[in-house]
Amino acid sequence: MTALEQCAWEAVCERNDLVQGAGVCVLLGRDQVALFYLPGEDRSIYALGNRDPIGEANVLSRGIVGDIGGQLVVASPLYKQHFSLETGICLEDPGIRIPVYAVRLEGDSVLLGCP
Amino acid sequence: MGKRRVLVVGNGMVGHHFLETLVNAQTDCQITVIGEEPRPAYDRVHLSDFFAGRSPEDLAIGSRQMYQEWGLDAHFGDPVKKIERDARRVITGGGRVFDYDTLVLATGSYPFVPPVPGADHRRCLTYRTIDDLGNIKAKAKGSKVGVVVGGGLLGLECANALRNLGLETHVVEFAPGLMGVQLDDGGSSMLRRKIEDLGVHVHTGMNTKSISAGEACALKMEFADGSALETDMIVFSAGIRPQDALARDAELAVGERGGIVVDYKCKTTDSSIFAIGECALFGGRIYGLVAPGYRMAEVVAAQLAGEDALFQGADMSTKLKLLGVDVGSIGDAHGRGDGALSYVYSDGRQASYKKLVTTADGKRLLGAVLVGDCSDYDTLLQYFLNEIALPADPQTLILPTTGDKPVLGVAALPSTATICSCHNVTKGDIVGCIDAGCVSLGAVKGETRAGTGCGGCAAMLKNLLEDELVARGVAVDKSICEHFPHTRQGLYHLAMLEDIRSFDELLQKHGRGRGCEICKPAVASIMASLWNDHILDQRHLALQDTNDNYLANMQKDGTYSVVPRVAGGEITPAKLIAIGAVADKYNLYTKITGGQRIDLFGATLNQLPSIWQELVDAGFETGHAYGKALRTVKSCVGSTWCRYGVQDSVGMAIALENRYKGLRAPHKIKSGVSGCTRECAEAQSKDFGVIATENGWNLYVGGNGGMKPRHADLFAADLDDETLVRYIDRFLMFYVRTADRLQRTSVWLDNLEGGIDYLRAVVIDDSLGIAAELEEQMAHIVNTYACEWQTTLADTEKLKRFRHFVNSDKPDSGVVFIQEREQIRPARPEERLRLVAVAD
Ligand code: SRM
Ligand SMILES: Cc1cc2nc3c(=O)[nH]c(=O)nc-3n(C[C@H](O)[C@H](O)[C@H](O)COP(=O)(O)OP(=O)(O)OC[C@H]3O[C@@H](n4cnc5c(N)ncnc54)[C@H](O)[C@@H]3O)c2cc1C
Ligand code: SF4
Ligand code: FES
Repeated sequence: MTALEQCAWEAVCERNDLVQGAGVCVLLGRDQVALFYLPGEDRSIYALGNRDPIGEANVLSRGIVGDIGGQLVVASPLYKQHFSLETGICLEDPGIRIPVYAVRLEGDSVLLGCP
Repeated sequence: MGKRRVLVVGNGMVGHHFLETLVNAQTDCQITVIGEEPRPAYDRVHLSDFFAGRSPEDLAIGSRQMYQEWGLDAHFGDPVKKIERDARRVITGGGRVFDYDTLVLATGSYPFVPPVPGADHRRCLTYRTIDDLGNIKAKAKGSKVGVVVGGGLLGLECANALRNLGLETHVVEFAPGLMGVQLDDGGSSMLRRKIEDLGVHVHTGMNTKSISAGEACALKMEFADGSALETDMIVFSAGIRPQDALARDAELAVGERGGIVVDYKCKTTDSSIFAIGECALFGGRIYGLVAPGYRMAEVVAAQLAGEDALFQGADMSTKLKLLGVDVGSIGDAHGRGDGALSYVYSDGRQASYKKLVTTADGKRLLGAVLVGDCSDYDTLLQYFLNEIALPADPQTLILPTTGDKPVLGVAALPSTATICSCHNVTKGDIVGCIDAGCVSLGAVKGETRAGTGCGGCAAMLKNLLEDELVARGVAVDKSICEHFPHTRQGLYHLAMLEDIRSFDELLQKHGRGRGCEICKPAVASIMASLWNDHILDQRHLALQDTNDNYLANMQKDGTYSVVPRVAGGEITPAKLIAIGAVADKYNLYTKITGGQRIDLFGATLNQLPSIWQELVDAGFETGHAYGKALRTVKSCVGSTWCRYGVQDSVGMAIALENRYKGLRAPHKIKSGVSGCTRECAEAQSKDFGVIATENGWNLYVGGNGGMKPRHADLFAADLDDETLVRYIDRFLMFYVRTADRLQRTSVWLDNLEGGIDYLRAVVIDDSLGIAAELEEQMAHIVNTYACEWQTTLADTEKLKRFRHFVNSDKPDSGVVFIQEREQIRPARPEERLRLVAVAD
């Protein structure tokens, strides 16, 4: 069994809590998770840790999303570093990586798995 | 062990460059600088520009504030009088004592005044400092005739200054020709002809015997050959002498004809003392130019930073415009080398003279002289510096173009070729910076500093940049980002002409990909300038920078600041109390801003709506501190209270602030209105500034404080209220239409082809026929204004986003405050860890 399957899925919010083309933040246990709602992309929701490890504040859900050379990213609102929505890796400093969460929609419910 | 104390004596150009280089090297030296002149370093090379209207402030390259920010201890106006090497300290004329571990002498040189009887007359002056300039200007006032003693580089520059001051000008030179150091006889006589054509009298081979009271003029000069010349003032520019008195007294080795002897490391004979710039004697010579001095400064700074660096002499080639005549001298202009060959081309009609000196085999360039036409200078200098093989017929390089002149393009230069000698920037440095993404001249200059010294390399720099860009297949790419092959202006026009009202539509029609944090806010701003929809409308929402997105400025810990508008800085006691009450209730940090209003810090996302609700209820509106929009119109009290005020500046400031509030622009816009010329509102540092006159208002544009301050230009004078507003409407809208993303009006104006005259033509004379359209567009913005916070508060859908967690009411545990001076501030990381641990 993979680690993912060991984790329980937890419903964190409804689809209409999300903002199209942008992010919101949910609390999962003690973790802050940023959810980006991008209908039309491969996966319509992407979930990353909300903490910006460079600016050291919980703000990534408030960054602008877009793409750099086709790769989906969020730009930190503090100092504008880009983090890949797929992998959590920082484009400017690939040594830095933020947690990525498994996420899925069940009806109108948004479910999160483990990082 | 304490920090190493570095003491710099002399704050001229080289001393300043040393400080700058050392500070940038981030050593932990503790630096002190002592300058004899009353002011911090200035641009001596461009001293003559003072006569062309540049003020001492314009010439400044260092400032007290800059040094303070760099953490230096700086003292001016009190020269060092003595070095006590044993005790490692210096003593100033004022008796102050400074200890050092390392001493750097950068005392420069002083003008040589020949020991002629009478040369100490008060109408005999020198030409080296800003104070000298003031003296020359003052004496020239009552004078008709002026003499410059010395026909070298500086002498001729000084002659030009006297001529521009309206004096009958004479140049008296001891040697048989002008600029004997740099030019050969042919070049020198061509130069003489050209200068005489300008009405300057040139007397060569003249040995001044005495100076005494004159008859027709104040002074009379008598020469060895028995002739005499009457003049009202004399400026000595007969060469420079290194300022080595301190070193001499301290028994450091000095040269026979002066100069502090230094080695490859710029060390004097005392290993804790360095000498750099014009006071230093290296390899038996004084380098009387800034570039070699800068190299010495860098060599010493590098050593203090623990690196190895050697000074290896420097090239003394020069290119100048003397009295409007182009003169260039490269390498060995006299052809003194063994078996050197010379090629000379002289055109009496065009008054141009060119000479090449090559090795005996004609393969390498040893030197060159150009008078009257310097267009070949850059090419020749590169052949010389980089020892590039000459074409088979070297003379083709200086013969008039017959169509197929072998031009040495920048592409042919090796990457080690020096492009900017002032700042020692090579072709490789510039190419590297282009590789790293600099695609504009401004960016390259900012990054490498090339072209920011004497300016002599500007043409070559521009060619190199364009060449490199073309080589990369970028037809000078000004695209805003990878998603749109357009400039901001281009996008603005597309959106306007095609009536495009959303980012998605614009992207679909003219872009690719999904956008990013550069193009999204830029397009949002364009949409706002054009259509003025609410910025949190669904279709614009995801585009906004986070500050716009939450109508507040994000702080370092993720909390926000709240800035209500206080138009013109005028506020009633009741409103002050209201702000105080809100701040008190939500425990916000309060501070008076630099823009005459009050900033409340430390609001969390959840708190923003209720804080704003209370502020709106008390009659406040948003201050747009978060937007690229009008910020503040600063005012002074003006004629209402101030005894000097000539118009109601507060009233005007409030009217202007209320008119333009909410206007979205490529960058923020600031303004100020002063009630009289004392300018207490600092209007001349604003994007548009207004100063009251007896007859109305003077309008200034293009001012900037911030990172690169720029004084605003006077745009129009004595306007009535209505004309003032009309011009500002047009000016702002024209800026909004044509500026680049994040380009303040100052930079925009500097880059506007035709500059302020063109701007006047567009705004005042309506030369483009768009004035009515600009006014109409502004009227639309003014008429559709709504306080963004007020509209947001009325819309529950929009308010939904002001929650830190969409699934919990808990606050963000990362936000931790500490009490300081009776207010909150964000905890520093180590404090936060401690506090959070305790709370857990
Ligand atoms: C609060 C304030 C400092 C203060 O405590 O006094 C301030 C604070 C900030 N300034 Fe400023 N500036 C403030 C007056 C100024 C002034 C002085 C003035 O306006 O009279 C200047 C120089 C004048 C000018 O702009 O020409 C100034 C030049 C800048 C610059 C440099 C702009 C430039 O063109 O060089 C930036 C950076 C930028 O905009 O890119 C900046 C950026 C900022 C930012 C937005 C930085 C940021 O992104 O976090 C700060 C946001 C603070 C906040 O959350 O409210 N701030 N800033 C002042 C608010 C004035 C107001 O009431 O709106
Ligand atoms: C009109 C003019 C035009 C020029 N044009 C050019 C040009 O086109 N290109 C070029 O390369 N060069 C040019 N130069 C030369 C250039 O200005 C100098 O090479 C350069 O300024 C040397 O810098 P420095 O710091 O060594 O000396 P300076 O700039 O002379 O600075 C030395 C400073 O040390 C101070 N000082 C001296 N003794 C003491 C003391 N005991 N205690 C404290 N302070 C002391 C002096 O007051 C002075 O401020 C020009 C010079 C002049 C005057
Ligand atoms: S100068 Fe302005 S931007 Fe810099 S720290 Fe102060 S407020 Fe912030
Ligand atoms: S050579 Fe002087 S600025 Fe470049």
